[in-house]
Amino acid sequence: MKNIFNFSIMLTWLLLVQISCGKETEKPLPEPEPKPSGPTPVQFSKPSYFPAPVYDLSKNPLTEEGIELGRFLFYDGILSRTDNIGCGTCHQQQAAFTHHGHDLSHGVDDKLGTRNSPSVQNMAWNTSFFWDGGVHAMDEVPPVPIQNEVEMGERTANVIEKLKKTPVAGAVKQVDYPKMFKAAFGTDEITADKMMKALSQFMMTMVSATSRYDYHLQGDASALNALEKEGLSVFKQKCSSCHATELFTDHSFRNNGLPPNRINDQGRYAITLNESDRLKFKVPSLRNVGLTAPYMHDGRFTTLEEVLNHYANDNVKPGIHESATLDPLLKTGTKPGIQLNASEKQSIIAFLKTLNDEQFIRDKRFSDPGIGTSL
Amino acid sequence: MKRYSSIAASFVFAALALLQFSCSDNDPQVETGSIVVNFDNMVGDANLALNSGTYINAAGEDFTVSKLNYYISNIKFTKTDGSSFTVPKDSSYFLVREGNQASQTLRINNVPVGNYAGIEYMIGIDSLKSIEEPENRKGVLDIYTGPTNEEAMYWNWNPGYIFLKIEGASDSSTTANGNYQYHIGGFGGRTGKTLNNIKTAKLNFGSQTVAVTTAAVTTTSAPQIYIKADILKIFDGPTKLRIAEKSGVMFEPFSANIADNYANMFSVKEVRNN
Repeated sequence: MKNIFNFSIMLTWLLLVQISCGKETEKPLPEPEPKPSGPTPVQFSKPSYFPAPVYDLSKNPLTEEGIELGRFLFYDGILSRTDNIGCGTCHQQQAAFTHHGHDLSHGVDDKLGTRNSPSVQNMAWNTSFFWDGGVHAMDEVPPVPIQNEVEMGERTANVIEKLKKTPVAGAVKQVDYPKMFKAAFGTDEITADKMMKALSQFMMTMVSATSRYDYHLQGDASALNALEKEGLSVFKQKCSSCHATELFTDHSFRNNGLPPNRINDQGRYAITLNESDRLKFKVPSLRNVGLTAPYMHDGRFTTLEEVLNHYANDNVKPGIHESATLDPLLKTGTKPGIQLNASEKQSIIAFLKTLNDEQFIRDKRFSDPGIGTSL
Repeated sequence: MKRYSSIAASFVFAALALLQFSCSDNDPQVETGSIVVNFDNMVGDANLALNSGTYINAAGEDFTVSKLNYYISNIKFTKTDGSSFTVPKDSSYFLVREGNQASQTLRINNVPVGNYAGIEYMIGIDSLKSIEEPENRKGVLDIYTGPTNEEAMYWNWNPGYIFLKIEGASDSSTTANGNYQYHIGGFGGRTGKTLNNIKTAKLNFGSQTVAVTTAAVTTTSAPQIYIKADILKIFDGPTKLRIAEKSGVMFEPFSANIADNYANMFSVKEVRNN
């Protein structure tokens, strides 16, 4: 009896081994390469003159399907309470992913926010996000506008529930998110972590480095004209301490002398509660600056001329606001500001426009797949 | 046949040995049981009644309460012999919500048997957990879904948990709709030092109002600890909080005064050994 028992265990074991090893004993057939299953990996490429990206791709490797899912999520109004405000509403491609025609963010129910929507470009190099740098990881960026009452006015948890119920029968725009999540992550389970990762994958690909200035950097002598080259030279002397590197920002927070606005926005102070951070805002990149009007954290200036007049402390009333945290770089001369004459301003503006990236704002890979809304 | 069976027998033996090995992570010599900690949110000696009750704070202002939530974490029990048991970190995060009865009962399992004399816990979430990857913050710490999200116990614009949230209405409120809101958080900062409102409560079971002063954990019976949270203390402590002066306090230096107040709102009401 004992032997029979032992023998049956042995048999079961052999059977199990047989099953698990079954494939190996089959004769390999000269078949064509098996179709790759699962998402297709995408190699992240960066311009040689950009620093190493900050985002850790090892925790979220790029795939074609992940990027495509991110693109759909980016444009889909389902992320908002009213189902009609997507990320792409306030980050429009033709304006280098800012909100053309709006000084302050404009969200659900025609509500207005307090700050100007920043450009979504070259996100991979950002050390922090938003005008006050409150958020440190790209994966944690989307919940901020989604859950902001005057922007998208929704709860992330509810977005996940809505995505799970797609495709919605009878909807004009049929998007099957369970299917897209399955293609991107191998499981049709929809989670917030995966949603944020897909959005990050898409935003990682949004690299702007095909402006005329980039061609100049790559050795095309005719890419910039004489005025633009003159502007580049003045820019390097007078602006590049803050708008540093080929990303045109040093990622710091500075008080550039703007008088506090009506709501008395204290900028980074609200994040750190540190007196030395009062009225400081992030130095934005100047890539595509010619396309992203209006300017400053509250969109108070509509033209680059006004911006330069502010820094030169000319013809703008009120001028540079002298407070305790005013940036030391604006206190080097006899009066606060940067010494700039009329022709210098003109050449700088000419140079700044060479940072417009026409290819970036037309690139089909970043465009609305036909589900977006704009207000 | 005999050979086969001996091979089979040795295989089974090896499998059992492996099983034994994989199960020996927990020292089998330490016997464990459970402790159940109940939080009773009260106003002085009365039970808190959400929305319906009207109360008077230390400054003499009337107020109602529509929401009361707080995090309890990093729990540690001290034994009568002076030693202590720290609850494993990831089993030690709870969100107590007045609007959710089940959330007010914290069941702590795998507590070594013995006699316990007190409890310590953090009111809020420690800084290390606050900056972990979102994937490692699930359950009551989930920043995207779950109770944290429903109850908005997280500031996503300046990432960090709201440790305690109390909201309601008051005739003294200066807001347009007569409401007051206190959302207190701040774990000390990620890249630089900033507001740190993490508070620790240390309670002794042998306080004067308690008949049973020791919680006896055995393998078969789980003691019940009843902790009173007196919300009047949120308004009364080192600083007298006046709704008329501060109808809304969130991430700002004044919040430290409210945290100092509520750090003293907990007391042991009863210990039951069943």
